[in-house]
Amino acid sequence: MAKRFITYGIVGVAVASMALAGCSQSPSGSPSTTGSAPQIVTIYGTPTGNEGTQWEASWKAWAAANNITIQYTGDQNFTTNISTKIQGNALPDIAVFPQPGLMKSVIETGKVQQLDATTLATVKQNFSTDWQSYGTVSGQQYAVPLDASAKGYIWYSPAAFTAWGVTVPTTWADLMTLTDTIQQKTGQPVWCAGFNSGDASGWPGTDQLAEYVLSASGGQVYDQWVSGDVKFTDQPIADAFTAMGKILLDPKYVNAGFGDVASINSTAFGDVANALADGTCAMTNQATFLEASFATAKTASGATPTVGPTGDVWAFMMPPVAGTPSVVGGGDFAVAFTNSPAVQQVMNYLASGDYANSLITVPDATFITANKGVDVTKETDPLLAQAITTLKDPTTTFRFGAGDSMPSVVQQAWWKGTVDWINGVDQGTVLAQIQKSWADA
Amino acid sequence: MTVTAISASTRMVKKTHRTLSSPWATIGAIIIAAVWTLPTFGLFVSSFRPATSITTTGWWTFFSDPQVTLSNYSQTLDFVSSGITITQTLWNSLTITIPAAVFPIVLALLVAYALAWIDFRGRHVVFVAIFALQIVPLQMLLVPLLKMYTGGVTAFGAQIFPGFAANSLGSGFAQVWITHTMSALPLATFMLHNALATIPGEVMEAAQIDGAGHGQIFLRLALPLAMPTIASYAIFQFLWVWNDLLIATIFTSGSNAPITKILADLSGKYGQQWYLLTAGTFLAIIVPLIVFFALQRFFVRGLLAGATKG
Repeated sequence: MAKRFITYGIVGVAVASMALAGCSQSPSGSPSTTGSAPQIVTIYGTPTGNEGTQWEASWKAWAAANNITIQYTGDQNFTTNISTKIQGNALPDIAVFPQPGLMKSVIETGKVQQLDATTLATVKQNFSTDWQSYGTVSGQQYAVPLDASAKGYIWYSPAAFTAWGVTVPTTWADLMTLTDTIQQKTGQPVWCAGFNSGDASGWPGTDQLAEYVLSASGGQVYDQWVSGDVKFTDQPIADAFTAMGKILLDPKYVNAGFGDVASINSTAFGDVANALADGTCAMTNQATFLEASFATAKTASGATPTVGPTGDVWAFMMPPVAGTPSVVGGGDFAVAFTNSPAVQQVMNYLASGDYANSLITVPDATFITANKGVDVTKETDPLLAQAITTLKDPTTTFRFGAGDSMPSVVQQAWWKGTVDWINGVDQGTVLAQIQKSWADA
Repeated sequence: MTVTAISASTRMVKKTHRTLSSPWATIGAIIIAAVWTLPTFGLFVSSFRPATSITTTGWWTFFSDPQVTLSNYSQTLDFVSSGITITQTLWNSLTITIPAAVFPIVLALLVAYALAWIDFRGRHVVFVAIFALQIVPLQMLLVPLLKMYTGGVTAFGAQIFPGFAANSLGSGFAQVWITHTMSALPLATFMLHNALATIPGEVMEAAQIDGAGHGQIFLRLALPLAMPTIASYAIFQFLWVWNDLLIATIFTSGSNAPITKILADLSGKYGQQWYLLTAGTFLAIIVPLIVFFALQRFFVRGLLAGATKG
């Protein structure tokens, strides 16, 4: 009897769920565009969780005022999944790419819409030619730069620096002297680093290397390196590895608070915030977004560290190796796959100064932008304000993260090479290995 | 079966029984169980530790410095990604998983019955062909399936299936259900076929002589007898769909995401919140645990039922 009951139960559920399957399609039919029903624009991007919610907050008020509903989907595996979606024609209205290399290859598929005239004018007005060029393919502009990030910040404790009687260095040579001075004063490793980041482990190292190359060899060599004309095995790159190795491969200087040199690979990159906050680590090289990780860190006395010039932790820009200041950064770019009026309206808004102001004033967020229409005085966080000012400064050499601009096979080989390099594989072997990946690009 | 065969198999069973109930085997089993459970236990302990302790020290330090907090759980429950919370994704997961477990079982039962008990030319070839489909990796299906869902299917100039709404947001859960069902059918057919084929032919003949048609035999005879296998396969399929992330991220979007998607998001863009995964994991395994314990007795029986013949 019980068995028969189960049998009919299963049949019943089956029928019910098939009926459900039928129903689920009816409300999904095309959303009505007549009358006052809001138009739906779908955006697909990388940030999820809190970052994603903050992103949504940046355009929420505008969208509501313009009767547009923006449905945002964040996906941590955006970079792999977008290719599948494009091949399968399952396209969002707007996709936001975290790296120009991948974006350009997507634009070349021909499925991306060119910017309409209004949006193009806004982009030309608000962004430097450098920033415009990241979204340009065959002379046509496809992308709107959405936000930016600046890397190459060296985080430190202002109080500890005062106690040791040292000051913020202004050249790379000073930085090395400073490292040695602190090491002699404390007898402990000075720097901490964490390269662990799942599939992308090694990227913090590649960023630091790119910063050094740009600073030491200048924008021209950097560009040639990104395009593959300067090889990884060439002198400027090898020199940069050697210079970085003087810190990262020296057990005297790393890995403060975590262990030996190899522990760099096992430390999650955000975890260095803990060591920096509680004072076991004197300096770490990381982007502005490390600030987010301090929220869960504790100082030696158990309090949440304050971030500021006189707080528990603060950062200075990596001092130039030679010549003028340079910034290696990142940014997100929006491209449209459909060209409905609502989508064009959204794209135009994303390029505007109004959006930039809305972005940097999202509560608790750490967004920065390279949009020239931004009002820096609206930024309350001094570090972010400094970063925005640096990005807007025309004398600063800005370049996109080298790995993000290279073909993704090269980037992945470089990530992996960096991990091997930390694990003690000979530098020449590592460089040859990374260079070899260009053949598959 | 002959008498000697029965006594041989009885001896085998007795011998196995002795071997497995010796004290050494018991000790071995306990050790294996402990080692197996240790990581999960560590995760469980960690989920109640403060964020700073999780990120700086190992879970075993909990015993020398017990600090208990529920903040990981409350933070996880408050976590919002792409507009939805973990409780909503839990419902989404159920909405995806239950039909995605029922559809293949219903379809595969019908196929399996036909292949096992309806004598038609080439049924063995069809059975082997269906079983062989298992070797097609899921990843290879993604792009063709997406093309089909977005563009529809047209054969010989006639539109068979119009495709779902233009963007991937419009189609609700249908895409995920269909994809899971498709990928599950080969194994489901194979397992259920084996279960149905073990029903003695005399029983089927007796039913036919009594005037039962295929429909009646299927509902009154085949289905109840295959129940242990159905239940065990249901657990398999349920757990597999519940834990799926790949199909879910490709075929759902926005507020339709299942719990695995929000678990992946939980650690944050830069992985700075990975300590929340401890709590998130435990919230995510509640449902599979309930399903497993509820159907456990079928599970063990079903494993044997599907594996042995004659």
